[in-house]
Amino acid sequence: MSAPYEPVIVGFLCNWCSYRAADLAGTARLHYAPNMRPIRVMCSGRVEPDLVLKAFREGADGVLIAGCHPGECHYIEGNLKALRRYVLLRRMLRQWGIEPERLQLVWASASEGTVLAEAVNRMTEQLRALGPLRWKQTVLGGNGHPSIATSVAAAVEEATAMTEEA
Amino acid sequence: MAERVGVYICHCGTNIAGVVDVPEVTRWAGELPEVMIARDYKFMCSSLGQDLIEKDIKELGLTRIVVAACSPHMHEKTFRGAAQRAGLNPFLMEMANIRELDSWTTDDKEAATQKAKAMISGAIQRVLFHQPLELITVSINPNTLIVGGGIAGITAALELANAGYHVYMVEREPSIGGHMAQLDKTFPTLDCAACILTPRMVDVGQHPNITLLAYSEVESVEGYVGNFTVTVRKKASYVNEELCTGCGICEEKCPKKVVDQVFEAGIGTRKAVYRPFPQAVPKYPVIDRENCIYFQKGKCKACQIFCPTNAIDFEQQDRFIQFEVGNIIVATGYDPFDATRIPHYGFGRLPNVITSVQFERMVNASGPTGGRILLKDGTPPKSVGIIHCVGSRDENYNEYCSRVCCMYSLKFAHLVRERLPDAEVYNFYIDIRASGKRYEEFYHRVMMEGANMVRGRVAEVTDVARTADEEGKLIIQVYDTLLGEQRRIPVDMVILSVGVQPRKDARQVAQLFGLGCDFAGFFTERHPKLDPLLTMVEGIYIAGACQGPMAIPETVAQGAGAAARVAGMIGQGTVVMEPIKAHIDEERCSGCRICNNLCPYKAIVYHEDRQVSEAISALCQGCGTCVAACPSAAITGAHFTRRQLMAQVEGILLDVRQSMEASST
Repeated sequence: MSAPYEPVIVGFLCNWCSYRAADLAGTARLHYAPNMRPIRVMCSGRVEPDLVLKAFREGADGVLIAGCHPGECHYIEGNLKALRRYVLLRRMLRQWGIEPERLQLVWASASEGTVLAEAVNRMTEQLRALGPLRWKQTVLGGNGHPSIATSVAAAVEEATAMTEEA
Repeated sequence: MAERVGVYICHCGTNIAGVVDVPEVTRWAGELPEVMIARDYKFMCSSLGQDLIEKDIKELGLTRIVVAACSPHMHEKTFRGAAQRAGLNPFLMEMANIRELDSWTTDDKEAATQKAKAMISGAIQRVLFHQPLELITVSINPNTLIVGGGIAGITAALELANAGYHVYMVEREPSIGGHMAQLDKTFPTLDCAACILTPRMVDVGQHPNITLLAYSEVESVEGYVGNFTVTVRKKASYVNEELCTGCGICEEKCPKKVVDQVFEAGIGTRKAVYRPFPQAVPKYPVIDRENCIYFQKGKCKACQIFCPTNAIDFEQQDRFIQFEVGNIIVATGYDPFDATRIPHYGFGRLPNVITSVQFERMVNASGPTGGRILLKDGTPPKSVGIIHCVGSRDENYNEYCSRVCCMYSLKFAHLVRERLPDAEVYNFYIDIRASGKRYEEFYHRVMMEGANMVRGRVAEVTDVARTADEEGKLIIQVYDTLLGEQRRIPVDMVILSVGVQPRKDARQVAQLFGLGCDFAGFFTERHPKLDPLLTMVEGIYIAGACQGPMAIPETVAQGAGAAARVAGMIGQGTVVMEPIKAHIDEERCSGCRICNNLCPYKAIVYHEDRQVSEAISALCQGCGTCVAACPSAAITGAHFTRRQLMAQVEGILLDVRQSMEASST
C-alpha cells in the first residue's frame, strides 16, 4: 500500500511581497497546508516558463507563482510580465493535457500573509481533487493524441535540457 | 563535483525543533552524497553557532554552506558574515527558511520534517552552483530630496540642513505648512498651531542649505540609492520671484474672489492671485489661471498695473529643474475623508453640518469668521454635536482607526465651551481612544468642563422634526449603547470628525518613487516594527501621515528620524549593494532586442554596430525579467542564474522524483 496522495506544489515567491507575505504568515503562526515548497526569486518576472515546466517534470503536481499586486511591483512592472507569461503558459499546458489549475498566479503583498496562506490551501484542495499530475503519462505517454503530445513533449524536453546547460 | 558542503540546522529553541525533527533531518543530511558535514545547534545565529560554521570552514575546508534556520530576511547577513570571517565568499552560503515557511505554519510534524528536508535539499543543489560575488560599493550624493512641506518634511529638512547637508524641498501648494498650518489649537496642550509652526516655516525659507521649490511637483526619479536624478516641474505662478517683494498689493487689487477649497476648506474666500495665508513661505503669491479674469476673458491685468516692482509675468511657463540627490524622504501627508460619501450625515445638503477641517478654520482667529463659531445665518449655535469616526472604523469606508479624531473632537468640545460657555456640546463616539502622552488627562478635563458624551455610532443627521422642540434644528439620531435606547438629540450645528486617508494620488506617487502601498493606499515601510522609515527602495524614506494616520508629535518624530537615517547614510559616504545584476553574454546574444523593452529601468542598451544588447550594471536593479525572457539564454542574473534555480527545483523535488522512479520500476 502506498501512502495517500498528497499534492506537491512548488511556489515561486517574489522577494519583496510574496516571500515576505509567507514570512508574515509564519510569524503570525497562520497554519496552512504544508504542501507548498518555496523557492525565492527576486521578482515574479524572473519566473521563466522553463522553470515551471522543470518543476512539473521533476514531479510537482502544481506550481504557484506569487508576486506583488499590479502597481506595487518592487521592479515597477515585473509582475505584469509574469502575468503575460502565465496566461500563455496556462494555455499551452492545456494543449498538452495538463489542467490549467495546476499553474496558478496570486498577488500577495508583504502584509497579506493570509492571502498567501489561503491561496496555498485552496490550491492544495484543488490538486487533491485533480489527483497526481503524472507528467510522463500525460505529456510523454500521450493520452488523447499521442503523436502530437509526444513530439511537443520531446521538443519541451530538449528545450529545457538545452537552457539548463546555460 | 568536488564541492565540500556543510549543512547547519538550527533548532531555534523549540521554534523549529518543536515541530521539525531536527536530529532526524541532520542525520539524513549527513548521509547525502554532496554533504561533507551536517550539524544541528540550539541557536545557530548565536556567536557559538556561528563559531561552529567558521571552525568547520577553516578546519574541514568547506567550500559551500547551507544554513537551515529562519528567513533570509532575518539572518542572511549574519551567516554571510560568518562565512566571510572564515575566509569563504559570503555568496557561497544559502539559507533554507524552515522556520517562517515551515515549522511555524503547521503542527504536522511529519509533513514539516519532510518539507524541511525538501527545502534543504533544494538549497544544497542550488549552492553547488553558486559563484563567488563581490558587493558593489557606490558613493552617496550628500544632497537630499524632501517631497512635501508639511510638518514632517519641515522637520526633516531642518534637521538635515542644520547638520550641514543640502536639501531640496518640493511642495505642491504655493506655501509650505501642510495641514498643520490650517489648525487652530493642538491637542492636548492647546498651544496654537501657527505659533509653533510658522517660525519653523520661516527657518526653512531662509536656510542657506535648503532650496525650496514651492508650487512644484516631482516629475520623474531615476537612478538608485546614493545617485538619484530628480526632475521637478515648477508650475508657472505668473509672478517673477526675482522681482516680487511679497507686498500683497496684487491680492488687494485683484477683483476676483474665489472660494478657497484647499486652505479654507470651502468656508472662506481668496483672490485669483493669492497666498494661501498671510504667513505663507515662500512669500510670493501665485495666479490661479482657472479663475483669473485676464486668463479667462483676456482683460483685467489689475495686478500687473498696480504691482510696484513689475513682477507680474503673464507669459511665464512651467519650468523643469533637474538635480542629483543621494536620498529621498517622501512626506506627502494625507487627505481628510470626503464627508459627502456619507449622505445620511447631511454634509453638503444641510447647511449647518460642517467638517472638522472647516471647524478648525472657523475657530481659528485668522480664519474667515475671525475665530467666531457661527451658524450659516450669522448667529452663534446654542448646541453643537460632534460626530466621531466619520469614515473611520467603518467597513463601508475605511476600516482602520484614524487615531487623531477622538482627540481633536475633544479639543473641539473644549473650544466650543470656551468660546460659547452657554452652549451644550455632545460628543458621539464609538470608543474614546486617548492613548497618547497626557491624552487621557485631557479627556477627563473636557468631561469635567461639561461636555456630554454619548456612546454610539450616529445613524442619521436630519432636519425633519418630529416634535415641536426639534423644529428648526438638526436632529442627531443615535442608538446610545450605554443607555440601551434610541435617542434623538436636537442641535444647531453638527461637526463631522472626518478621518485621515491616503492622498488621492498616493498610488501614482508610489509608482513614481517605486514604493509599495497597503490596502488603503498608505505607503508601506520596510518593516512595521524595526524599520518604519525606510521603504522597500533603498535610499527612499517615508515620514508622517503618508505612511498611516498619526498625530503631530509622531509625525515630527518620524521626520526627524528619517533625517537621522539619511544623515547616517551621508556619513557613511558609500553604500554597498547586492551584486544581483544581469549580464549579457555577447557570444550568445542574437540581437533580437526582446529584453530592451522589458527592462523597467532602461538598463539595457543595444549596440547597433555589433548588433548585441548590453546590460548597464549601474542601472540594473536585478529583477531578472530579462533573464527569464531571453530566447537565447544569453542573459545571466547573478545569484539567481538559470542553473541555480533549475538545480533548486531539482533538489526541492528530489524525494518526489525518487519515489516516482521507485514506483515505476
